[in-house]
Amino acid sequence: MSTELAIETTGLVKRFGHHAAVDGIDLVVPRGSVYGFLGPNGSGKTTTIRVILGLASASAGSVRLLGTAMPHDARNVLWRVGALVEGPAFYPYLSGAANLRRYDTANRQAPKDTRIARVDFALERVGLSHAAGKRVRAYSLGMKQRLGIAAALLAPRDLLVLDEPTNGLDPQGTREVRALVRSLAADGTTVFVSSHLLAEVEQICTHVGVMSNGRLVSQGTLDTLRGQTRPRLRIETLDPAKAMKVLDGLGLPDTRLESADGRPDTADSHLVSADLNGVAPEDACVALVAAGVRVRGLYTDHGSLEDSFVALTGEGFDVAG
Amino acid sequence: MSRADGGGLLVSELVTMFRRRRTIALLSVLAAVPVLIAVAVKLSTSDVQPGDGPAFLDRVSQNGLFVAVTALVVSIPLFLPLAIGVVAGDTIAGEAGLGTLRYLLIAPVGRVRLLLVKFASSIAFCLAATVVVAVSGAIIGAILFPVGRVTLLSGSTVSPGNALGRAALIAGYVTLSLLGMTAIGLFVSTLTEVPVGAMAAVVVLAIASQILDSIPQVSWIHPWLFSHEWLGFADFMRDPISWTSTQRDALLQLGYVAVFGALAYSRFTTKDVLS
Repeated sequence: MSTELAIETTGLVKRFGHHAAVDGIDLVVPRGSVYGFLGPNGSGKTTTIRVILGLASASAGSVRLLGTAMPHDARNVLWRVGALVEGPAFYPYLSGAANLRRYDTANRQAPKDTRIARVDFALERVGLSHAAGKRVRAYSLGMKQRLGIAAALLAPRDLLVLDEPTNGLDPQGTREVRALVRSLAADGTTVFVSSHLLAEVEQICTHVGVMSNGRLVSQGTLDTLRGQTRPRLRIETLDPAKAMKVLDGLGLPDTRLESADGRPDTADSHLVSADLNGVAPEDACVALVAAGVRVRGLYTDHGSLEDSFVALTGEGFDVAG
Repeated sequence: MSRADGGGLLVSELVTMFRRRRTIALLSVLAAVPVLIAVAVKLSTSDVQPGDGPAFLDRVSQNGLFVAVTALVVSIPLFLPLAIGVVAGDTIAGEAGLGTLRYLLIAPVGRVRLLLVKFASSIAFCLAATVVVAVSGAIIGAILFPVGRVTLLSGSTVSPGNALGRAALIAGYVTLSLLGMTAIGLFVSTLTEVPVGAMAAVVVLAIASQILDSIPQVSWIHPWLFSHEWLGFADFMRDPISWTSTQRDALLQLGYVAVFGALAYSRFTTKDVLS
């Protein structure tokens, strides 16, 4: 049932000239989820968001937002969606509160009699009450970012679309945004949050979609994506060459001598890793010790989301060309 | 979410526009035009002869109310088009340049609604600009020169009250004359994200139109130029008032509003907002 989905795109394509910035993606964002929309800079995340919100038209494919066809029925659905798209934008000569009032006035469904109260509440929620009367010209980058989030929270929303919400925020601000997203999600709001910083969304998301060069290369629950990396065996040893030989002999693929950066390492200790490939780590340990390999440490690593992310996008965190 | 809010956006737009320092500066410059004229005439030792300087300048020293009319004559070719070019050219391009356009659209404001509100507020600015010139002229004229019965172009005289009524009609006429240019400005504004570019384009068009209007070799095009009837308000200085210019002008301006309004609509409703 499409009404169970907050965002659903089918074969969505957005071309600029010959270049397809978004190249046939099928997003499935369940209601009530916190969906992390990941990808390197330039992978098509913001363009996708623009098309979803009706700012740009799709070259092909369709979009349903909260079960409603976009952009056809934009006016019936967008008022239930709060959004931060490609950074906040305001009238620099108006105060923070006046900016929010103006955006709220643009929303035909927002009741006028509660406007002042809703603006105050939104400012309070992002910790900007003290700067409400100040012109936005005088705001710092982080304050503008907070005000942008406040604008998305002006009315009760069923869906929040937050494009890089922690840009320009200090660590404290980033933590506050995370807490805010958690509390909104707890109230039942679906949150669609894009980021090129994995660590930022890993802690709050239930679902993840990974973009690379205009394509959605992976989508699913956080655990699904995590499960896509294979567990690795990592051993600390004084006999790396012998250890690799033993692991090869056990049939473990992708045996590697890891660089020891960032580890408390001595000249004689080395880190060797290999794909476990279904072998129980304790069996590997027995084999190593039996072969006379001096093992200092042995553990398995189920792979971080970051490993999956890099594996999927290929270019890691570099800007896509 | 019960009570829908219809006219709120126009009020918000007008408040935002008229509180903005730039708008106030533009209107202040326009208010200074009649002051400049009146002071210049007051300080000059020799009388202005009929035919010298802008139209009606020779009558200023006899009747202060003519400062308003002379100031409008002086402002129409450049100052008013400049001010309106700035405001109309900024309508959509200014929002796009700030990035606020995307937030208005996802509010959602509705593209047609935004276009209509922007056009209405630009017209309000045209009216304000014209009224500022006329009122400032009437005030400075009344301060520096005698005010009495006004001799019209047709030779008859009317009371100062009647003359003020005619001045209001002239202000209305000038506003009407600027509608076509405002519509052009709105359209140009939907083409770009750079407001200065849109403003410059509108002002260039206004000047080009007036230059073409002064070249006899292209007289066939003259009746179609949006600036052609700009100075036609002398009709309000006759007794009885002749409405022929007004009718021609209204038709011409409505034509421009229809054409450029339609262009602005088709452009803006299909435009990808990527700023």
